[in-house]
Amino acid sequence: MTIWESLLTVAPELILTLGATDLLLVGAFSKKPDVSRRVSIYAVLMLIACGLSLLGPAGNGGTVFGGLYVADAFSTFSKVLIYASAAIAILMAPRFFDRRSEMRPEYPVLILFAALGMGFMVSSGDLMLLYIGLEINSLAAYVLASFMRQDTRSAEAGLKYFVLGALASGILLYGISLLYGFTGTTSYTGIATAFADDMSTGELFGLVFVLAGLAFKISAVPFHMWTPDVYEGAPTPVTAFFASAPKIAAIALAVRVMFEALGPATDAWQQIVIFVALGSIALGAVAAIGQSNIKRLLAYSSINNIGFALIGLAAGTQAGVAATMSYMAIYVVMTLGSFLCVLQMRDADGRPVEDIESLAGLSKSQPGLAAAFAIFMFSLAGIPPLLGFWGKFLVFDAAVAAGLFPLAVIGIALSVVGAYYYLRIIKTIYFDDAAEPYAPANSVMENGLIAVTAAAVSPLGYLLVPFLALTAGNAAAALF
Amino acid sequence: MNQLGFPILTVMVLLPLAGALLCLIWPGQGEGKAGMARVIALGTTLVTFALGILLWISYEIGGPQWQFVEYYPIFGRFAWAMGIDGIALMLIMLSVFLMPICIIASWQSIQSRVPEYMAAFLLMESLMIGVFTAQDIFLFYIFFEAGLIPMYLIIGIWGGAERIYASYKFFLYTLLGSVLMLIAMLWMVQEAGTSSIPELMTYDFPGGAQNWLWLAFFASFAVKMPMWPVHTWLPDAHVQAPTAGSVILAGVLLKMGGYGFIRFSLPMFPEASAELVWIVFGLSMVAVVYTSLVALVQKDMKKLIAYSSVAHMAFVTIGLFAFNRQGIEGAMIVMLSHGLVSGALFLCVGVIYDRLHTREIERYGGLSDNMPKYAILFMLFTMASIGLPGTSGFVGEFLALVGAYEANSWVAVVCTTGIILGAAYMLYLYWRICYGELEKEDVKAMPDLSVRELATLGPIAAVVLWMGVYPESFLAPIRDDVGTLLARIEPANPPGDAQLAMGAGMLLEAEHGDGHGGDHGGEGTH
Repeated sequence: MTIWESLLTVAPELILTLGATDLLLVGAFSKKPDVSRRVSIYAVLMLIACGLSLLGPAGNGGTVFGGLYVADAFSTFSKVLIYASAAIAILMAPRFFDRRSEMRPEYPVLILFAALGMGFMVSSGDLMLLYIGLEINSLAAYVLASFMRQDTRSAEAGLKYFVLGALASGILLYGISLLYGFTGTTSYTGIATAFADDMSTGELFGLVFVLAGLAFKISAVPFHMWTPDVYEGAPTPVTAFFASAPKIAAIALAVRVMFEALGPATDAWQQIVIFVALGSIALGAVAAIGQSNIKRLLAYSSINNIGFALIGLAAGTQAGVAATMSYMAIYVVMTLGSFLCVLQMRDADGRPVEDIESLAGLSKSQPGLAAAFAIFMFSLAGIPPLLGFWGKFLVFDAAVAAGLFPLAVIGIALSVVGAYYYLRIIKTIYFDDAAEPYAPANSVMENGLIAVTAAAVSPLGYLLVPFLALTAGNAAAALF
Repeated sequence: MNQLGFPILTVMVLLPLAGALLCLIWPGQGEGKAGMARVIALGTTLVTFALGILLWISYEIGGPQWQFVEYYPIFGRFAWAMGIDGIALMLIMLSVFLMPICIIASWQSIQSRVPEYMAAFLLMESLMIGVFTAQDIFLFYIFFEAGLIPMYLIIGIWGGAERIYASYKFFLYTLLGSVLMLIAMLWMVQEAGTSSIPELMTYDFPGGAQNWLWLAFFASFAVKMPMWPVHTWLPDAHVQAPTAGSVILAGVLLKMGGYGFIRFSLPMFPEASAELVWIVFGLSMVAVVYTSLVALVQKDMKKLIAYSSVAHMAFVTIGLFAFNRQGIEGAMIVMLSHGLVSGALFLCVGVIYDRLHTREIERYGGLSDNMPKYAILFMLFTMASIGLPGTSGFVGEFLALVGAYEANSWVAVVCTTGIILGAAYMLYLYWRICYGELEKEDVKAMPDLSVRELATLGPIAAVVLWMGVYPESFLAPIRDDVGTLLARIEPANPPGDAQLAMGAGMLLEAEHGDGHGGDHGGEGTH
């Protein structure tokens, strides 16, 4: 393979590296007043270009750079979702920041850097690249969390995220070093070979620490503590971004590591994943009940959803991986849609409101927005005929096929607990007497995005099910 | 395609859905839009009803088991598969018949958010028809579960004072029941390799798994039905729901539980059904006696009827699990009859509630003096609920009890007390509302039934009498399907305690022979 072919295979990362650096310079030196708007547009175009480049060797070029980097159907599936979420996160931001004149060109640039890191995460074939990708993503994310630097909550969120994130990176790195020490290699295939023989205690420790580090990134119980605080404190578009793209990247990364590197040790990690999945579902469901802040509630909701996605992983089968990836795809649409709705929660002066009680009577003042909100909430609760049900259907199907009946039964029973707090939002919107109405939702871009995402999770979304099954199936097949 | 040349079932599912969207997006504001929504809803439900009649007429009795079959595998893992047998046909007819009545009943009593209300009802209709027509187990589940959403909104938005509690309880109870069924379905489809309901109905699941599967389905249908002790959501939901919501809830939604038993539990797990029949009988016996007694002491009219629903649905379960023709056919008739009668009774409550805005029984009295038409119709439905011969209630309950007697005489004995208690609480209710002195001033001022109200109660009364006098019209379509079901569950039939005696002539001969044998034996031991 020539160097050109290798470079073509990493085309999305090249585009993002060069483009984000250039845009950073443009942002720093341009004197034009609308520079942040321009940079945003360029950033979105760049993400589209990255997406298009996946049609070429970047989509299925195989392993390059001596096994460091893998471009297969699995990474392509994840990258499409990541780039799409990143683009939406850029598009939904300007109006939110503009109100406080805090829209700066760094926002889209940081998102691009985060997307770059995530691209490396899902394409890594080696623990070193995994770590580098994770850190590129995390460092951008820390800055994004505290993007509204005058806002104490935002600053606090950034600091909290940084400290805990650094701790998690340390744990992960420690696990990586253990794995390297006991297997003598950092490449996934090499580790898999070492694990296939006989698992030593050191390898087991390495596995546990790596899993712990990854669990932090996907905010699964018991490493979820940062999530509600960061989600609440970070600016809403950033929260939407955190809840979507990095979740996919981290889940995809975890899936790849567990099957490509730790595949022979399935028995060892399966019980951990089962515990983490059930713990996340239970905590996400119970802790959300008492929340009065919509962003905190959605944070617990994302913990809850990650638990469901992990059920597919716990099955340890190809169908399970396909289910997990499908779940994430559906989850991302629902989450972005929910946060787009949250963005519309602004009082008469345009200040963002995050109180759930303020949603009261929304069905009268803004029926369209209320309906979209209700669709997302019912979908997150997994009530058919909305698409959220299909994700749950697939992961439970995989769990049942793998014979994990207790996991399936407990998980689905806990989903009823989770349904309670989604219902509470719908209750507030539809049943309660009207509170002060919000400022009208008049952004064509945001309304359009809400309409598109709502249509996708509505029953119409089932028409996409065969396509989703095909692509997620291909993605899963690439790992086996 | 089918005998009609167009996919009538899909049309019947999608038509109300289209009507619902039309109600929502119809331009306009305020009263104009509300009026238009009422007209659209009524038009849609009437057209659907007409299609239902067309369906009934074109249904070929004695023809293939599954008719009007459609199959479009557009969802990958499951298909848009539709088709009906006689049992589904009857329940579809019940749904489409009650729907226009519900719309008319809500014509004036609902004044806020009319377009949304009408849309929710039309959506509900679409999903109900979907439940009874789905031939793919996952499609069935989707329709079955999706019904929670509009009903939750109907109770929560247009309900009474305690509506929020009731709506939560309704939603979470039924959801918890159903999710276990989903796990069972997933396992079944993996085991059998198909998600088609007709194929699953003939698949023999291994004996050990059947009990678990049966219990998972039972959890869902018992809550939906509802059976004692998981019935407590029903009184709350009924009391708080608006009148038309109660009608649909009692009329059709409860029947989904019975339909589930007929369509899934019995044919798919015959051995488990036979083995666990004691659960059904036990709970049903408690339900009949206990809920009837509870109904006797209710002060709230709607609550009384709600408890009576639980008692009546217990007749359905004992009939279904009697494992014989009388029982199952009786259960079907009880379902249809109860759908009509309890719906009508809720409408009767709605009529006087609209006038006095209270459901408390004590606030009424002597209505037969100033509302004679109302008193006559209410009397008819009271009698039908008691099971007076000549009304639909008698046919169903009699058949169900005959079936139960054959299976287990004790069950029949205990459940028959339900008829006596039923007479007690219904007559007591009627007495307190319609008889006695007409002395309360506000009650005196209540006008008799309007034309609109007659239009809701009249048709139901006609069908109740029709079903009571000539039930053959309703039994004929289901006869073959009950036969198929019986043939399927016959091998598993649990031993009944019926002491079948032989005819007199035979008996003498047999005694003679036996006597000889006995004597010989006796002599031998001496």
